[in-house]
Amino acid sequence: MTNAIEAFELTRNFKDLVAVNGVNFTVGAGEIFGFLGPNGAGKTTTIKILATLLRPTSGRATVSGYDVVRQASNVRRAIGMVFQDQSLDDRLTAEENMLFHCVLYGVPRKDALTRMEELLDLVGLSIRRKDLVKTFSGGMKRRLELCRGLLHRPAVLFLDEPTLGLDPQTRSHIWEYIRTLHRELGTTVFLTTHYMEEAEVCDRIGIIDHGKIIALDSPSGLKRVVGGDVVIVKTSDKEALLAAARERFNLSGQLDDEMVYFETERGESFIPELVKAIPDILEVRLRQPTLEDVFLKLTGRAIRDTGSGKLDAMRIRRTVHQRRRQ
Amino acid sequence: MQAFFATVYIIWLRDVKRFTREGTRVLAMLGQPLLYLLIMGQGLRSAFKMNIPGFDYLSFVYPGVIGMSVLFTAIFSSVSIIWDKQFGFLKEVLVAPVPRAAIAMGKALGGSTTACLQGGILLILAPLAGVSLGLGQIIVLAGLMFIIAFSVASIGTLVAARMETMEGFHLIMNFLTLPMFLLSGAFFPLNTAPAWMQPLMRLDPLFYGVDALRNVIYADSPALSYVVAQTVTVDVLVLLAFSLVMIGLGMMSFSRTE
Repeated sequence: MTNAIEAFELTRNFKDLVAVNGVNFTVGAGEIFGFLGPNGAGKTTTIKILATLLRPTSGRATVSGYDVVRQASNVRRAIGMVFQDQSLDDRLTAEENMLFHCVLYGVPRKDALTRMEELLDLVGLSIRRKDLVKTFSGGMKRRLELCRGLLHRPAVLFLDEPTLGLDPQTRSHIWEYIRTLHRELGTTVFLTTHYMEEAEVCDRIGIIDHGKIIALDSPSGLKRVVGGDVVIVKTSDKEALLAAARERFNLSGQLDDEMVYFETERGESFIPELVKAIPDILEVRLRQPTLEDVFLKLTGRAIRDTGSGKLDAMRIRRTVHQRRRQ
Repeated sequence: MQAFFATVYIIWLRDVKRFTREGTRVLAMLGQPLLYLLIMGQGLRSAFKMNIPGFDYLSFVYPGVIGMSVLFTAIFSSVSIIWDKQFGFLKEVLVAPVPRAAIAMGKALGGSTTACLQGGILLILAPLAGVSLGLGQIIVLAGLMFIIAFSVASIGTLVAARMETMEGFHLIMNFLTLPMFLLSGAFFPLNTAPAWMQPLMRLDPLFYGVDALRNVIYADSPALSYVVAQTVTVDVLVLLAFSLVMIGLGMMSFSRTE
């Protein structure tokens, strides 16, 4: 069976900015594949190239076996898309948005009606089908967009930051719906997110930073990059702590704002020794490694510190614009 | 081909649905022409005396007000394109397996339809301007309004297709709509304009639109030859040719959008 997505040396420049820089990856059919990285890392640019909305500067990619540049209309027929910014018409009803989509994709009306019913049911929006979308909450709009993207039975569903701007509870619901829809329909899902904890849904994750994939593995495989447990220490003198740890335990820690991170095989026994050896410790925490730690380990910085490039500035302006309109 | 018409239909239908559902727009649709007619017509009436027996300024300006109302509604309906293709429903259309040229056609038709509905209100208000219209005239006028609206909406669509920001669009549209409005002959007939201005007026598509409306509204008036510049056939041919060029360019622009 052919891969759902293949990318070879995919590159896209915006004037002097290299947004995507020689990216290679494949996504198997039926897989949930995620791009994880900070804002401006090149996630949205990659998705836009795969969805035929941007042309790559160099390199090539196929979706469902079709070339994204030369066979763009075949690709468009094979994919569903949920954009980072809402693309529903909020002065139409949920049903109208869905049916308009079906007309655009040439879904026969009879099929359209049964599929719409099924999908709206799966995400719990059946009773709101006749309501104007502007009366919907952010989470409901996202659910509706998920359904709409699946109406024409695409082979691959693209989700660009599907939980951006939603509150934590709604976010976890959206992930549940994504999992349910994936289980029911078996669609390949390609998604991007900058929420570390949410990337765990994926079968495989590519961590992307400054336009390059710096790691690609299953969530548990990625976490093995971080050796064992993570011990987080707060102290008044971080430099002294780092020096002492290197000297006595042969451990090099990572700095992040006010905390120092150590990775160690057995955190439980390391903590008492550390406290004994270094008196100036204010706070100690122990936890299993998360993708956040993986990112910190690979890039030397926390995901929330990053960004503020040109693309981010555009995106922030866009979000502000959008809020103003609502 | 089928996908093309389906897309045109969807984009048109969406514009019409949005228009009829928006209470404020329907209200503006009623209020705006009334304002134009009362303030502009009545206000200017005393300042301008027409030396044509049985013909006063208010009746002269009436077709011009229809043209102006159609101009503004049609132009502003295309403003939404810029927003829409970045953050709205048009993105959904851009990623769909449909010809993008259909977007230009759908938007131009949608804008013309809403502009026609607005112009229709002015036809009902004809008695206020001292003009009486027969049913036949109203039907012909509705058709003319659609052609005028379509030519204007095509310009709007073409400009919007090439624009990325709202600011840029407003700037360009101000440079286009205001001259189009002022040179349309809505307020003074071609033959009273200074010689240097007349060729400029002949470059304005709205000039032919207003002239066509006058041809039909004053078909039976003895003053017809004083207020029109050419026959309605010439007007319609010019408008159609202009629309074809503009919508063609608009469709090409949309096909090329990345």
